[in-house]
Amino acid sequence: MDFNDTPEEAAFRKEVRTWLEANATRKSDDKQSFRARNDDPELLKKAKEWQDKKARAGYARITWPKEFGGRGASPILQVIYQQEEANFLVPLGFFDIGLGMCIPTMMAYAKPEQLQRYVKPALHGQEVWCQLFSEPAAGSDVAGIRTRAERDGDDWVINGQKVWTSGAHYCDYGIVITRTDPNVPKHAGLTMFFLDMKTPGVEVRPIKQISGGANFNEVFFTDVRIPDSQRLGKVGEGWKAALTTLMNERLAVGLPSGGLDIDELMELARDTDLEDGPAIRNQQVRGKIAEWYVQQQGLKLTRYRTLTALSKGQTPGPESSIIKIVAAPKMQDMGAFAMELMGHAGIMKEDVPHAAGFQAQWIGGAGFRIAGGTDEILRNIVAERVLGLPADIRVDKDIPFNQLGKKG
Amino acid sequence: MRAGLLGSGIMNFDFSDDQKLLKEQVRKFLADKCPTKVVRRVLDGNETHADEVWKGLVDLGVPGIGIPEEYGGSGLSPLEVCVVAEEIGRAAAPVPFDTSVVLATEALKLAGSEAQKKKWLTDLASGKAIGTLAIAEGPQPPKPRNIRTTFGGGRLNGKKVPVTDGEAATFAIALANTGGAGDRAVSLVLVDLKQAAVTKKRVETIDPARKHAELTFKDASAELLGGEGEGWRLLERLYDAAAVYFAFAQVGGAEAAMWMARDYALQRQAFGRAIGSYQAIKHKLADCYVKLELARSNAYYGAMMLTEGGADLALAAAAARIAATEAYDFAAKENIQTHGGIGFTWEADTQFHYRRSRLMALSIGGPMAWKDKLVTRLEQKNAA
Repeated sequence: MDFNDTPEEAAFRKEVRTWLEANATRKSDDKQSFRARNDDPELLKKAKEWQDKKARAGYARITWPKEFGGRGASPILQVIYQQEEANFLVPLGFFDIGLGMCIPTMMAYAKPEQLQRYVKPALHGQEVWCQLFSEPAAGSDVAGIRTRAERDGDDWVINGQKVWTSGAHYCDYGIVITRTDPNVPKHAGLTMFFLDMKTPGVEVRPIKQISGGANFNEVFFTDVRIPDSQRLGKVGEGWKAALTTLMNERLAVGLPSGGLDIDELMELARDTDLEDGPAIRNQQVRGKIAEWYVQQQGLKLTRYRTLTALSKGQTPGPESSIIKIVAAPKMQDMGAFAMELMGHAGIMKEDVPHAAGFQAQWIGGAGFRIAGGTDEILRNIVAERVLGLPADIRVDKDIPFNQLGKKG
Repeated sequence: MRAGLLGSGIMNFDFSDDQKLLKEQVRKFLADKCPTKVVRRVLDGNETHADEVWKGLVDLGVPGIGIPEEYGGSGLSPLEVCVVAEEIGRAAAPVPFDTSVVLATEALKLAGSEAQKKKWLTDLASGKAIGTLAIAEGPQPPKPRNIRTTFGGGRLNGKKVPVTDGEAATFAIALANTGGAGDRAVSLVLVDLKQAAVTKKRVETIDPARKHAELTFKDASAELLGGEGEGWRLLERLYDAAAVYFAFAQVGGAEAAMWMARDYALQRQAFGRAIGSYQAIKHKLADCYVKLELARSNAYYGAMMLTEGGADLALAAAAARIAATEAYDFAAKENIQTHGGIGFTWEADTQFHYRRSRLMALSIGGPMAWKDKLVTRLEQKNAA
């Protein structure tokens, strides 16, 4: 066992590092980052510039085929790039969904001339893409969507509402899953399209979250007319296309970064005076620190196991499926615990340690446990795909969508 | 922390093909020679351990894996001992592996004089000797200030209980008071158990598949292992190494308990369907898997640090120990819970891992003590 690069990996790392040193500013410490407020137009502009620079140097999508501006290289080189980039102060996060999910779906279903038109601007950060899947009545059960698309000559007319669409307020294009046939069971009546977010009838309204931020949106469709040429996959095969999108979810191998963790908690415990002395000497506090340290290490090392498989050209095992199940409640619970150490003042969002970062993590953790697969859905996935336990009974699977919920 | 952990290296964080082959070989041997009915036989019976399984492991060279070639072993790395430990744990094998192959062997490697190594490691490698560790003296976590067993003038006096494999063992390494102050009050002492001055009495425990004894020493002939007054420091170092090997055994046991529960959940019907189709069961078993993988990853890092003699060993060992204890405890108890009433019967195999998980959780210090140690080591590392 060792943590060393292969010669090929080491050479690539050196090349990447040299390029980054010449083109970006190294972080002064690990925790430094652009504030993750993706509703800031200045930040978006900077992110677009950085993405263009990366794309020109061939680092924007290392695993993509050369014809689309990638290098046709192994995922491990993509990981190496991300590891190195994480040491530099650059704005990230705006293009993950577009390049990680939307464009790969386009590659699977769009026509060659459409790919010619859309891939390059997306890769260079000139056009940003979003994914319009979730709806008010379809969260974990996303195949239960109600947004309708009806055929009208060579066009389709879309009516309905999407929700939790990340970045819709600054996105140029989106892929949207719609119901085209309500007379068949829910998975069979879906069709996928892509569209210009400026198409008449598309209205984006940011959602203010309990954290106070507004990174997500509601998107309303009122008689939105798009040509049949923007269909992705066959009519009625939208679920298959949606699975393509979901399977392309960003390779979850980047190291978690930026958040407050054990080091900051220990610092807080050293500075907190409890009845029996500094909190760091209290056995309950020490027990908690140890448990979270074991989780933090466990997640990091689990990623290393995944990376090892990738580095050897193998398919990683299912171990990375545990990451969010552990990381999300840890974020919430550690936040709450750190706040408790501050006493009554733990409720304050100013004049408390780490610029109220623990408070932010306590609030944010509540959302993190839901976003991108709830704690419960992720446990179902582990139980079914890893342990081979039966899928949940689906009482709706053979019933036409428009008969659901009606008394039989 | 090493450069690799800061994200500048990719790594080879897995066992080699040869190590996996060894693991598979031991796994097949135990599946064949040590099915659960053998564990049950020892649990129900009088034998000190499953001798035919132990002899088979000796024939496979298991006791000598980590012993240097000059003492008759095969001189392999800790990684090879780790993969074997995982399989011993998976089978809940009633053999003196944790005592003899891990604790006694490691203690000799750590503190033995050349003469001691030559005699005892050679006998351990050949299977002629079985060693164990004798630390506890009744219901108190052992500390330098509460060890009453004494050693002086080559004579050991006192009582050790419980001693795992105390009856099967041919020698023990005991912690004894040698008169110093503070942590230097105690020393490690090697004592041959085949002498009239040693009495062995079996004690009842929660895991009768591993027999335990009370050992009484009355002017027993013994010798220091390591320096006088060095006992506590050596024991801490011994436990760090042991924590990693124990973690692998615990990971193996946790995985076995998890799959036992899963198999039963697929087969058992209630309210018209398999109980494994209910989320209350699915999510519980998913949690077993989550804890298991956290434990496995921490155990791997412990193994890596043990092999390299890395500065991170003390911290990595504590993390491996805590994660593995949690994973095994949880899987073992939820395995019984998933089985329902049948899982609480003497006839069910669920008890083996429930019993073993608690034994392993306590025998080299419980989770509370290890959590405290972990934070101490984290503080030391941050201060460095």
